[in-house]
Amino acid sequence: MTDLKAATARPVVVPPVDDEELAAGRASRPRGRRRLGPGRPIRLGFLIGPLLLLGVWIWGSAAGWIDPRVLTAPWTVAATAWDLWESGRLGPDLLVSARRFALGLAFGVAAGLVLALVSGLSRWGEAIVDGPVQIKRSIPNLALLPLLLLWFGIDERMKIITIALGVLIPIYIHTHNGLRSIDGRYAELAETLRLRPAAFVGRVVLPGALPGFLLGMRFAVTSSWLSLVVVEQVNATSGIGYMMLLAGTYGQTDVIIVGLVLYALLGLASDSIVRLVQRRALSWRRTLED
Amino acid sequence: MAAHPGGLTAAAAVQIRDLHRSFTDDRPVLSGLDLTIAPGEFVALLGRSGSGKSTLLRALAGLDRVAKDGNSKDGDASGSGDVTVPEQVSVVFQDSRLLPWQRVLRNVVLGLQGPGALRRGKEALAEVGLAGRERAWPRELSGGEQQRVALARSLVREPELLLADEPFGALDALTRIKMHGLLRALHERHRPAVLLVTHDVDEAIVLADRVLVLEGGVVKTERRIDLDGTRDPSDPRFAAVRTELLAALGLAGGAEIKENP
Repeated sequence: MTDLKAATARPVVVPPVDDEELAAGRASRPRGRRRLGPGRPIRLGFLIGPLLLLGVWIWGSAAGWIDPRVLTAPWTVAATAWDLWESGRLGPDLLVSARRFALGLAFGVAAGLVLALVSGLSRWGEAIVDGPVQIKRSIPNLALLPLLLLWFGIDERMKIITIALGVLIPIYIHTHNGLRSIDGRYAELAETLRLRPAAFVGRVVLPGALPGFLLGMRFAVTSSWLSLVVVEQVNATSGIGYMMLLAGTYGQTDVIIVGLVLYALLGLASDSIVRLVQRRALSWRRTLED
Repeated sequence: MAAHPGGLTAAAAVQIRDLHRSFTDDRPVLSGLDLTIAPGEFVALLGRSGSGKSTLLRALAGLDRVAKDGNSKDGDASGSGDVTVPEQVSVVFQDSRLLPWQRVLRNVVLGLQGPGALRRGKEALAEVGLAGRERAWPRELSGGEQQRVALARSLVREPELLLADEPFGALDALTRIKMHGLLRALHERHRPAVLLVTHDVDEAIVLADRVLVLEGGVVKTERRIDLDGTRDPSDPRFAAVRTELLAALGLAGGAEIKENP
């Protein structure tokens, strides 16, 4: 080995190879070969796409390519939003919408989680719960709306129940799936450690199903906003959706866009919050995400 | 420790009489196996693949779910026989089986109750040489370290019987030698009865008081290891025992073990 090295008598500029390269602490990647996987995370990368979209909008409006009657210019929308806020019309509507969103989400998540646990932990529970949930899954909320209106009237209760019904489905599906994909060997381990059922659920089942639950949560948050739009445009006298509906009647494109932008911002913000929680809560994992 | 394990039935840690096990295809895996393990005795179990080593261990751990009437509740094994095991049984699997979402210390004390649980967990970790790694995630540990955590998790329960299913099978040779020393030391200190399933003849001789060879569903060969002091594989007596056991496994002349991956 030493003889060979001496015989080669290589000049300093030649890049060393393989293990020598590693030992020297230099880039262990030969030039030209890419690492598989998406690579390192980009700081605030989730904002790049939406900002690009905004850029196109601004640029298109400024250059006159976008007819303001079709799509109002961003600055007009901003001015309208400010006016609405100033005149005290936007604030209360926003608050009402946010409250519906939060309550619907909370009830839907709780119900979905309980149903997923019941169905995931016992065969009888699955036999009873799973079918109806799958049936609900294939019926859109919009189709249920007339019935819900008859049952619960047009007040807040109906709206929150409608939202919760939409939220329940993704939470149930993904939590149930996450729970059932927990490695059976952990259940075996729990048996040998004589874990009590409560400890088994708390230490093995819930943390094991957490990745699935959080994925369901991302769908649930979006679904909650979607249901909100539906209930606020069908039978409401307040909320962002109602504001947009009214603006549509009077041809106020700018107000409609304000509503849409608000929905988009709220949706993006809540999804980002879920993603943040996801990263924090799943720090034990090592996936392509990291 | 009992010199004649069969003679001390009352004080035995493990008592198995006429154990039968078969799976759905009705091929008997264990057919009338008898085994007694004395308290504190270290027994290694050798056998070819499919000889029923793991089946026996699972029966002892109560993992095959064979009820008293011989029918399986929801497992796929069925059979009969009397199995008496102590109250406290711990199992070490081939994979460390640490919960990836719990930190190391939480894994060790999993299911432990009482106020001193965390302190005992820390002590157990220190005993396997992992003091200071309490807050690490399992994935941050090497394979050997993960298996040491699994050992700590077993020992913190002060078991009277430790069942180990090829616990070092997935480790590299150097780590395995270190783990042998650790397991011997821990056995000296805590004195549980141990049933170690392994395919490594040297491992069996280095660690055990008694080596059993399983064949045809029963214990075919039994060999007491009376090598004193440090058991050195280069010792001629060690080599003699190895040859004997390899012959019992069907490999004449102590040839290389290729049969049992």
